[in-house]
Amino acid sequence: MIDYEKLISPVVANLPPSGIRKFFDIVAEMKDAISLGVGEPDFTTPWSVREAGIYSLEKGQTHYTANAGLMELREAICEYNERKYGVTYDPKKEVIVTVGGSEAIDLMIRTLVNPGDEVLIPEPCFVCYKPCTVMAGGVPVPIETKEEDDFRLLPSQLKAKITDKTKLLILPYPNNPTGGVMSKSDLQAVADVLRGTDILVLSDEIYGELRYGDEKHTPFSAIDGMKERTVVVNGFSKTYAMTGWRLGYALGPERIIKLMTKIHQYGIMSAPTTAQCAAIEALKNCDDDVEEMRQEYNYRRRYIVDGFRAMGLSCFEPLGAFYVFPCIKSTGMTSDEFCQKLLEEEKVAVVPGSAFGESGEGFIRCSYAYSIENIQEALRRIEKFVQRHTRK
Amino acid sequence: MTIYARLSKKRGKVLIFMDEILKILDKEKSNISRAKIAQMLGTDKQEVADAIEKLEKDNVIVGYKTIVNWDKTDREVVTALIELRITPQRGEGFDKVAERIYKYPQVKSLYLMSGAYDLAVTIEGKSMKEVALFVAQKLAPMDSVISTATHFVLKKYKDEGIIFEDDEKDTRQVITL
Repeated sequence: MIDYEKLISPVVANLPPSGIRKFFDIVAEMKDAISLGVGEPDFTTPWSVREAGIYSLEKGQTHYTANAGLMELREAICEYNERKYGVTYDPKKEVIVTVGGSEAIDLMIRTLVNPGDEVLIPEPCFVCYKPCTVMAGGVPVPIETKEEDDFRLLPSQLKAKITDKTKLLILPYPNNPTGGVMSKSDLQAVADVLRGTDILVLSDEIYGELRYGDEKHTPFSAIDGMKERTVVVNGFSKTYAMTGWRLGYALGPERIIKLMTKIHQYGIMSAPTTAQCAAIEALKNCDDDVEEMRQEYNYRRRYIVDGFRAMGLSCFEPLGAFYVFPCIKSTGMTSDEFCQKLLEEEKVAVVPGSAFGESGEGFIRCSYAYSIENIQEALRRIEKFVQRHTRK
Repeated sequence: MTIYARLSKKRGKVLIFMDEILKILDKEKSNISRAKIAQMLGTDKQEVADAIEKLEKDNVIVGYKTIVNWDKTDREVVTALIELRITPQRGEGFDKVAERIYKYPQVKSLYLMSGAYDLAVTIEGKSMKEVALFVAQKLAPMDSVISTATHFVLKKYKDEGIIFEDDEKDTRQVITL
């Protein structure tokens, strides 16, 4: 018999398992559980986008595309970024279309990180940056962001973590799980720290279109002097409710995109052609659909924040993505305990903040990518639970 | 763009707010509470109630209606779309004859159209015969009506933006990061 343990890579074997596995197993057995645990839109992809995908199949567009993606799509991506944010990229050299934003993140980290290089990761954050860094032989260096700072990355925190081994800074804003955002002036403050260094930036802006409040999203590459050190990762999943199509992209300096494309060419070949054809329609004709969805999220966002505050939990007002991140420290439970008990007693699935880094401890992530009715029922159950468990 | 949306650009926040209320009422079930709308808009209940009262008074909110899928009940309902070609009257255009038509309770909707015919009338009745007789006895004989064409509805798939047999379920995984 083969002893696989002797053969497998220790790096992969030692990657921590996902923080939600056990909840997933429990909830799968439950019949009337309701969930605020999903990290994707509840909307279906706009019909015109689906139709464009179907049409491409009818026309027989069933072949590989160029490694970096269909030229028409790359052009549409560049036009979109210029139109929305005033940042220009060359579709021939500075764009790569990937299998979801996640692939772009992996490619960027693998292209840059040498063994021992440090990667700065503001936490709480999405779960993939750390393992991607570790697999590339790098050293993840978490930066703990705080509720009282609106979960922003402060320049002082950044400065304190920079060493001569620092290679890369991840900027995960608008943020999953907190819903926190970086305003233009916040980004400028970060840029001031980076100016004059050789530190590159991976700006994960997958939730960029889902901003609420007066200020619109600013890509980090739009900040003066930052374009040359930034790879912006974006995609179609969240903005156009296209998670299942698996399509993202990266924009950045020619040399880096070229090397990312090299890895992509060997591992993936090219992103799915049907999805690429559909994405062209999304970029060109779906601004209204996006605005409609954004407005709907905004209604739900206000509703759910109000609901959590009304039950006495402190709840930071998120201005991006579709998550709220209420603090549950008043119950005396850890976030893990809270989520497990909530699931057992009230049959509501939410995600413990600790799944997104140590600094997420004491919080829970609730998605509001659900109908108002579903959110209302979930809030009702959570309130009962919190009342029962809050220390008098 | 609605009149209110256009106005709101000029007149600032109050009208933007009203337009948002209209959008919510247009989308949600019409029995949605004032309190819930207030939460969704980040304002208080009284403000929403006042705004709705004003919209009702101004006839911007014309009415509230429940959409019924009669196929699922025992009641027999027949719907027909009738195309009418009309001779417009001097000084009154189509409005006078339109008024004579829409006053019948059997008439569920009435639109003035561009193209091959002038008025599109939706009629509801208990049977095809009843509807046919209504057209023959009430609409066709009117002086200004030149011709009628009656089309019976066989099945309603979608009405007022609502899909009748919507089987879209939440097929997402229960928890994802």
